[in-house]
This record gives sequence, C-alpha cells and structure tokens, in this order.
Amino acid sequence: MNLDSMTKIPGEWLRGVGPEADIVTSSRIRLARNLSSYPFSNRASTHQKAEIEQSLRDKLQKLDAGPKLEHLHVSSLSSLDRQFLVERQLISRELANSDGPRSAFVSETETISIMINEEDHLRMQVMRSGFSLDDAWTDIDTLDDAIEQKVNYAFSDEFGYLTACPTNVGTGMRASVMMHLPALVLTKQIEKVFRALQKINLAVRGLYGEGSRASGDFYQISNQVTLGKSETQILGEIREDIPQIITYERQARDTLSRDSRQALQDRVSRAYGTLSSATMMTSEETMDLLSSVRLGVNLGLLDDLNIHAVNDLFISTQPAHLQKIMGSPLDGEERNSARAKFLRSRLRELGSNLN
Amino acid sequence: MQKCQQCASPATLHITEVLGQSKFEEHHLCEGCAAKYLNEAQGKTSKTTTAATAVGSSAEDYESGGFSKGECSACGIKFVDFRNSGRLGCPHDYEFFRDDLIPLLENIHGDARHTGKTPRRRPQRKEAETELANLRQKLKTAVSKEDYEEAAKIRDRIKKLEEA
Repeated sequence: MNLDSMTKIPGEWLRGVGPEADIVTSSRIRLARNLSSYPFSNRASTHQKAEIEQSLRDKLQKLDAGPKLEHLHVSSLSSLDRQFLVERQLISRELANSDGPRSAFVSETETISIMINEEDHLRMQVMRSGFSLDDAWTDIDTLDDAIEQKVNYAFSDEFGYLTACPTNVGTGMRASVMMHLPALVLTKQIEKVFRALQKINLAVRGLYGEGSRASGDFYQISNQVTLGKSETQILGEIREDIPQIITYERQARDTLSRDSRQALQDRVSRAYGTLSSATMMTSEETMDLLSSVRLGVNLGLLDDLNIHAVNDLFISTQPAHLQKIMGSPLDGEERNSARAKFLRSRLRELGSNLN
Repeated sequence: MQKCQQCASPATLHITEVLGQSKFEEHHLCEGCAAKYLNEAQGKTSKTTTAATAVGSSAEDYESGGFSKGECSACGIKFVDFRNSGRLGCPHDYEFFRDDLIPLLENIHGDARHTGKTPRRRPQRKEAETELANLRQKLKTAVSKEDYEEAAKIRDRIKKLEEA
C-alpha cells in the first residue's frame, strides 16, 4: 500500500458526505476479539505474538467476503508512517506506539481497518462518513462472521466475547460518532451536554480517542456499556440520543447567527485571515482556527471555501500528513513554518479557483 | 515515603475500598495497622470489597486481600495483578476469577450477563460439548463396569472431539 498517495484524499472520516455530515463527520464501530488459545496481548510473549500475527494474517488474507484488504507491517513502519495512519484514524495510538509483532489491514477506501496485537488480538473497525451507524454495523457484522469462520474466538455464554479489559467484554463493541460542535463550545453549553451524556452512559472523548483532548471542537461520543445489552440495543440508544445533540448544536448555531451575527462573522473572518497570512502556525492553533472557518462555511458566512476543502485542510495540516506532503521530516519549528506556508498557498489557490 | 494514616510508620499497603456506584475510599497504612484494618473489614457484613495492593517484603500475607487466592493456571496472574494493571491475562481468567469479576462487571456495565451476538459456529460447538459431556459419563460407567474395551473406544472418541 502506497501511504504517500493517500495524502491526496482526506480519508473516510473527513470525506464530508453522508447524513448530517456538517455536524456528524463520521460514524465508526469497532469490535474487540481474541483467540481462545492464547494469553491476551499484554501477557503474550514476543514469540506468541509473532504466532498470533502470522496466523491471523494468513486467515485475513484468505477471507472469502468483503473488499480487498492491504496488509501493513506496523512493527517495521517508520514512526512517521505510523503517526500518519493514526491521523487518518486507521490505527490507534496504542498500536502505533507499542512494541513487538503487530500489524494492520486496511481496505482501499479506508472504511475498514483491522489491527492485530493491539490491547486485544484483533480489533476491527468500520468507518462511514456522516451519521450512518447502521451501514457501519452491517459491514462489520459481515466481516466478523467471515473472520469467525476461520478463527476460534474467545467466547463464553455468560460473558460474551472475552477481552483483555473488562470494560469491553460482552459485545466487544464500541460504536462512536465524531461530532463537530463549535457552536455548543462558543455558547458554553458543551459541559452541560457532556453531563447529560454521561448520565445516559455515553462517553465523550477527544479527536484521537482515550485521553486525547478535544482539538478543533471535535468530540467522539460512544457507548460505555458493552455487557448486558445486545449490539442492536446499544446502537438503537445511540441512534436515539445523537439527534438530540445535533438539534442542540443547530439551535446554538441559530442563536449565534441571530443574536451575535456580527461577532460571529468577525470571528470567522479573523480565523480565515490568520490562516491565510500567518508565517508560523502550530497544529493546535490551526485546528482551532479551522474549526471557526468550518462553522463559517456551514453557516454561509464565508464564500471563498467549500466544506470539502476545509475538511481536507484539517487532515493535511496534521504533523505527519504535513511532513509527507512536504516530502521531508521536519522538527517542531520547521513544521510550524511549513504549515503556515502550506495554508497560505492552499487558501490562495482555493480562493482563486472559486472566483 | 507516604506515612501510615493511623500511626507514623511508613505506609506499605494501599487499600482501595470499592463502595459501589464508582465510589472509592483510599487507605494508606503500615503493615500493622493494615492487618488490623483487614481483619476488621473481613468481619464486616457489608457488601464492600477490599482490594489490597502490597508494597514491600513481608506483605505477602495480605496481598490477595479479600479476593480469592491463587493464580490462574493458564496465564499465571493473580487478581491483584489485574487490579494493578486493569488488564486480565487470558480468556480463562473470566472463569477463574469469576466471583471477583461479577461485582466489578455489574459496576461497570450495570449487568453481568451477555445478551448480544454469539459466534455462528457456536451451536455446533455446543452440540460437541454436550456430546463430550455424555461421552465422559459413558466412560465413567464403562470403567466402573470394568469394560475396558468400550472405555478405550470412548476415550478415542473424546480425544477426537476435543481436537476438532
């Protein structure tokens, strides 16, 4: 798989299509599975991990159903390439940063990815642009069945699919939606929304999952409970609760456009201005400014850009993406200068294309 | 080093009381006070569970706290190891530490029984398991009747099924 050619497209999570894609950028379901005859990854020896990797790799390469999957030897990838895959949400930070034999399978459309020897032996995910958990479930259910034909999963009638961490046992399923919620942040209602979500057992995380901060006003909302409820039940609950948050965000956007239109316009224009003219730009600042620009585009306050271009800027300015686009490794300072240069030229190009 | 909350000696045992509903109570105690504390805790009839993490040399007597003693025969972890790392060692642990895990699972998930998807191959395996149980019963009968020829046949059948 040629990772460098992937920089030309934004990846599934920012493709910007699908239901409610202005607010729900993507939907994702992951399943955790383990082989019945080995210790979990944290207790497996290097030799056992190599066996697990080899055996699962052989089986995944011979899957009868589904799209073609490309194999990536994560343990022999450079740290830049690993970071790149994390930024595209194809592998986890844990898989990128751990040691020992481990690998990943990725479909060409980047909608399917499978990790071997993460916290669990097998972690598969299906991602869909927009709010489409049902499609994601259909795909991952089929994939899981196809793998199960060839693999003896660790499963008990009482506890379901057995996982290294008891917080995943049962269905082994984490269903999440990535939401862009800038208006709830601006109107300071986001904390209230989170507290309400926690009460109904939904977890809120930042852009890159557990422990990461919410940069660019992106929030990942997912189910907390994996045991005692069926997959359909869990998905049904999320499907019912997410539209409420979409409504809150839309209401907050309406309030801002109505009551403080000028302040909002100013915020959006300044963000755009800074991105178009600054000479040093950190990743964090870029995310924050792009968030305002994205809100502006969605509310029709900025004519120079379309939503796909903004989505593309979010991913292209991530550290590993930027270095791949620039074609050379860059340290912090160099990166900030290269990022600013990239943004200036890209925004000029996009502006002149539209005029 | 942290001092014992009861006296001035260094605290070698760090006890977390799980009070349910994600409420925890921490105690940092020296060996003597911890022994006293744990004895009292065992006498209590309340539903609280005690997890003790031992640091230091002679603390082994207390290291499994109120949890079942021993280590999993498949992966060798003790329940304290899981308490410390948050990760189980192998699938077998769910059976081995079942009684300690159930309250924890109820706390996390509000339930401790799976109701979701089951592997499609499961029904066949279940049949095999039932057959295995039946065969083991037959084997017992055959041996008690001293019908060793029949017993050998059953044993071969069991071996075959187990390998499948």
